[in-house]
Amino acid sequence: MAKAWTNVKPYLLATPQAIALGLFLVFPIVLIGVVSFWEFNGYSMTPAFTLDNYIGIFTSDVTLKTYLNTFKFVGLTWLFTLLIGYPVAYFLSFHVPKLRWQVLLFLLCTIPFWTSNIIRMISWLPLLGREGLVNQLLVGAGLTQQPLEFLLYSDFAVVLGLVHLYVIFMIAPIFNSLMRIDRTLITAAEDMGASGVSVFKEVILPLSAPGIAIGSIFIVTLVMGEFVTVRLMGGGQAASIGKLIQTQIGSLQYPLAAANAIVLLAVTFAVVVSILRLVDIRKEL
Amino acid sequence: MAVSADRSFPAASQNPPSSSTVLSEAAAGVALRSVTKKYGSVTAIENMTLDIPAGIYCCLLGPSGCGKTTALRMISGHESVTSGQVLIDGECVNELPAAKRNTAMMFQNYALFPHKTVWQNVEFGLKMQGMPKAERQQRVNEILDLVGLDHTAKRKPHQLSGGQQQRIALARALVTRPKVLMLDEPLSALDENLRVRMRGELRKIQKQFGLTFIQVTHHVEEAFSLSDQIVVMNHGHIDQVATPAELFKAPASKFVARFIGDNNIFAGKVLDATPQADGQDLIKLDVEGIGALYATGNGTQPGTEAACCVRPDLLTLERGDAATDQSPLNTITARITQVELTGFVTRVALLATATGQPLLHTLRTVDAQSLALQEGQTVSLKWSANDCVFLAH
Repeated sequence: MAKAWTNVKPYLLATPQAIALGLFLVFPIVLIGVVSFWEFNGYSMTPAFTLDNYIGIFTSDVTLKTYLNTFKFVGLTWLFTLLIGYPVAYFLSFHVPKLRWQVLLFLLCTIPFWTSNIIRMISWLPLLGREGLVNQLLVGAGLTQQPLEFLLYSDFAVVLGLVHLYVIFMIAPIFNSLMRIDRTLITAAEDMGASGVSVFKEVILPLSAPGIAIGSIFIVTLVMGEFVTVRLMGGGQAASIGKLIQTQIGSLQYPLAAANAIVLLAVTFAVVVSILRLVDIRKEL
Repeated sequence: MAVSADRSFPAASQNPPSSSTVLSEAAAGVALRSVTKKYGSVTAIENMTLDIPAGIYCCLLGPSGCGKTTALRMISGHESVTSGQVLIDGECVNELPAAKRNTAMMFQNYALFPHKTVWQNVEFGLKMQGMPKAERQQRVNEILDLVGLDHTAKRKPHQLSGGQQQRIALARALVTRPKVLMLDEPLSALDENLRVRMRGELRKIQKQFGLTFIQVTHHVEEAFSLSDQIVVMNHGHIDQVATPAELFKAPASKFVARFIGDNNIFAGKVLDATPQADGQDLIKLDVEGIGALYATGNGTQPGTEAACCVRPDLLTLERGDAATDQSPLNTITARITQVELTGFVTRVALLATATGQPLLHTLRTVDAQSLALQEGQTVSLKWSANDCVFLAH
């Protein structure tokens, strides 16, 4: 009896988590998977097993273009969050002397993220719009004759918004991995004649690679499914898979939206797996 | 700083790596001249002057916070000096960065690069010097062979045992052929058995390479067993520089006597000092509660506060109360509080009857057994003035 109890205990302990995951993660995904094979005739959907939705997706130019556009957003956002996030994390962990200040300044970085995404996006509008502050300043200073159109409702605006939204997801893991680097390794490298550049290239960068990988996974998964920022900042101009799915849901094309969601999930998963292949992140966890 | 033609060595094929001529290079002496280090208002090292001759094994010994690591870091160039001069090979290196000082450092936790293989770790210093790949290959092979770890070349440091990691750290430090090797508590991460073994290896390699080794340690036994020269440090000062034998025989201060362990120390006032034939003085000390004790050393003025110490193994223990004065033989009556058999040696803890001061006597276990020592017994301890070291401060 006692032995049976010992055997069962770990499973019981894992049960609540398993139920939560099953109910809120696995079940919805399975449901979407099922719906993606249903038929849709323009105004209603019927349970069936048809590949039409998928065939539609894979034969449509629009899908391909939208995916390319989404990858462009992912790539640019990744690049800029890395270019901004790494130096910030580096500064925090190597140039701020006391742990207390490091934590405090890191919290400072997170403060903008205490407000809702949408509010943060909307607050760009008066700044970047045709009559916005930036344009008024530029025209007023005589730097441009016409207000700059590309500032808002453009790919530029979308990437700006995405970087603004997600840069913290790059800073945090890189900061974490930089903080874990044993400082005597740097002294040792210097002792052996490494220059500042060599120390970075040979020691700091490889040891922070897991942090970069985790940050990249965050950015990829978050931006792949983005639609709010794309709609608000891109106006009607920019397209992403997330926005496409949202539009399809808006017009009640659930099976098609579901099929798109499954494809998006597969693509995102593939990207994440390839990042994990590149960098071993286990030691960070 | 030229680090090229004049630093070339015969190829390994002509000379087996076990021969000291392959790797050794004229070792360099190190000297500190009135070196002071301050962190803000805190003085870590004050006016430290020290000569470490070339080719010796020197240990900086002291409790934590005594400034020994700071001294090491100033010699290696990882810490700047506030004032004074650091000389290596007779040249002032104050302005030279660590990498240009012909020194190498072995770190306390080894500081092996976790993401690099053993091979890459050892190769690193040579790569940073810009040495061509073929030559690097030869040098790394040579040194890995020497530390007996050539088979681990492809592994990562975490796949090695503590002792192996330590040897790789040593190989990495030696591969650039430094003139001085600095070791920061190199054995503290190892367990006791391994520590004793690695001690032997360090000493062997130091002799083989003929290098100057400067090691920081708080471990007295380690310093005694490794060093040619021990520098005992306390509160940013040097208390004594001596060979292990000298240090063991004649500690220079109360601090040293206490730090090297187990000495019986008596504080008192100097009554008089009589010069002896050997140039030493015979000093008569008045120790409160005990009376006159005789010690040997360099005497100070009568009336000054001083102390004397005697090693626990130099006492003679006799059952029964102290016989009357047999000067210059010192005698003290004490009560045994504990008899501890530690192996070949038995440690006897006592309390001086007159003052209650704790005392320690060690003797061979066979002798202890023949004396049938027991807790609570009152005994007398005797020692000659020659074995009693006078401590001026």
